[in-house]
Amino acid sequence: MNARYSRRAALQLGGLSAAALTAAACGVQGAAKQQPAAQAESAADKFWKAQKPTGTVTFANWALYIDPDHQTLKDFTAKTGIKVTYDEVIQDDSSFFAKIHPQLASGQSTGYDIMVITDGLEFSELVALGEVIPLDQSMLTNFHKYAGAAYQHRSFDPGNVYSVPWASGSTGIAWNPKYVKTPPTSINDLWNPAYAGHVGMMSDVQEIANFGLFKIGVNPETSTQKDWEAAAATLKQQRSAGIVRQYYDQSYINALSKGDVWITMAWSGDIFQQNLSAGTNLQFTVPKEGGTIWTDNMMIPKYAANPVAAMQLIDWYYQPRMAATLTEAINYITPVPAVQDIIKSDAASAKGSDKATLEAVATSPLVWLSAADYARLKNYVPITSKNQATFYGIFQPVVAG
Amino acid sequence: MKRWRAAVVPYLLILPGGLWLVIFFAIPVIVLISLSTQQGNIVDGFSQTFHFANYANAWDNYHDQFIRSLLYGGIATILCILLGYPVAYWIAFRGGARKSTYLFLLLLPFFVSFVLRTVSWQYFLSDNGILLGPLKSAGILPENFRILATGTAVVGGLTYNYLPFMVLPIYVALERIDPRLVEAAQDLYATRAAAFRRVVLPLSLPGLFAGVLLTFVPVAADYVNAAILGGTGNTMIGNIIQDEFLTVQDYPTGAALSFMLMAILLIGMFSYARALGTDEVLEVAAR
Repeated sequence: MNARYSRRAALQLGGLSAAALTAAACGVQGAAKQQPAAQAESAADKFWKAQKPTGTVTFANWALYIDPDHQTLKDFTAKTGIKVTYDEVIQDDSSFFAKIHPQLASGQSTGYDIMVITDGLEFSELVALGEVIPLDQSMLTNFHKYAGAAYQHRSFDPGNVYSVPWASGSTGIAWNPKYVKTPPTSINDLWNPAYAGHVGMMSDVQEIANFGLFKIGVNPETSTQKDWEAAAATLKQQRSAGIVRQYYDQSYINALSKGDVWITMAWSGDIFQQNLSAGTNLQFTVPKEGGTIWTDNMMIPKYAANPVAAMQLIDWYYQPRMAATLTEAINYITPVPAVQDIIKSDAASAKGSDKATLEAVATSPLVWLSAADYARLKNYVPITSKNQATFYGIFQPVVAG
Repeated sequence: MKRWRAAVVPYLLILPGGLWLVIFFAIPVIVLISLSTQQGNIVDGFSQTFHFANYANAWDNYHDQFIRSLLYGGIATILCILLGYPVAYWIAFRGGARKSTYLFLLLLPFFVSFVLRTVSWQYFLSDNGILLGPLKSAGILPENFRILATGTAVVGGLTYNYLPFMVLPIYVALERIDPRLVEAAQDLYATRAAAFRRVVLPLSLPGLFAGVLLTFVPVAADYVNAAILGGTGNTMIGNIIQDEFLTVQDYPTGAALSFMLMAILLIGMFSYARALGTDEVLEVAAR
């Protein structure tokens, strides 16, 4: 969910042609292969036994989501001799899915060995369609050793059969203190008529559904269709009262910095990065009624040519040193708890502006969530092919306007 | 032998173009129409059930956006005519030796990405940006006034982005007018206004006609401007179609909307061509 700048732009240019392709390619077919976890595992064993190590690996990731000089990848190549092709091709989950699904459905390789997918609708569809390869658990030694407990037990992928996290982040409320004088603490601040015309909401349906549900005091993870309808009603009321300025994609961050938007739904890492890079003083909080936690996950697409190398690279990032370098660059929540101490010692030995930056990362409440924060953070509404049409039928009209 | 060749050669000559049209237009349109009456979802697959209710549902849910798209398209096209005609006229009759320079300048913005140009308007029109900021601090505009995230901004962006499509065909039509015709009109005691109204304007109508076609169709189907410059009530049908395909993954509804948009635009254009048919336009010009 955490796309970077101008992804919407690229998406919009490519969007309709990609959609047309998808429509043509998967108009009729769509064989669902729902595999129970146990069955998937034994099939996985057979698959992995037949695999041979290869000398290259291709990694599809989001923009600005790795250390800028790719030192972590260079170290990997130096250590293993495996050449990495790193492609920043993912602008958001839906357009990336629209691109790879027709290829996988027609039996073609996507050309990627690792891809990073958020724990939303597309994640569950890839699993349900059998378009991702179950991971070789025996190759995840660093993961099992260093990943935090919460990241080894996740409701959307029990047992980490198909995925391990790349990074997590939270969706909360951000504000520009130049215009919003009292720091918001509640979701109701997004409904405050005093900010009419200057409130930003996200155009992403899963994101906005969660906030509508927090507003009416319902936990998205266990919400029912009735809750969805009530949440959509309160979101529509917010729109028709003229409170919402626009339903934003990534561009909310610019609108907030410029002062067009005063208070908005926001992703934690964006606010941190914007303050760091643009010198703004934007603030972020998880409202007391609840916020959303999402996780971007590494997965191996079906027909990947280099699955063994992919497993090696996936596990590579669970070495605390590599995870620390990554966190220092991207400022999102790392699944490796040992990282905080490493960044602290990096900060102690750094000089000048680097030192200040590293100290900020090492102590940022956005990167190191407190137990109280975690308690308030909920996952997206679990969507399957069964309730998908209902869910979107209820929430899409809110943003379609 | 010769006769056989004469019969076949024309068909062979249109073969590449014909194949192109079949592969890249006819087949996709057939797939689109077929998809528009299917039911299902990605995981279980879509199956053909001839579910024509998709069209009724799509219209029920999204007729506002259809009407808005046609309205924005109409306003932007008229603005393009009002802004573009004088520009084309000036280049054609007053451009002199620098005509091609002026035309190049007109096309220069096209060397920058369409999306980037639209995003730059976001900065220009920002609530406290370089345009509104000073006006607000001078007290000329109320503090809460805004252009961004309104229909005005969307129509403005559309007009800006598609203006050259209006100017160029009008320019071509005006360029072809023999200046001696205007001189002759003035010799016959026509005022400058009358010469324009009776000679220049009728002769430029075919260009205007083409300009309206080239502007209105893409404008009505545009989705970039509404996404970047619009607010909560400015969504156009292009945005909805994009969302249906990419976000909601409701391909049948997206296909139904696409086909409806295509049908509406085609019917509109044919009746427009009928009413102002090129032949009649030429007749008007010949008078």
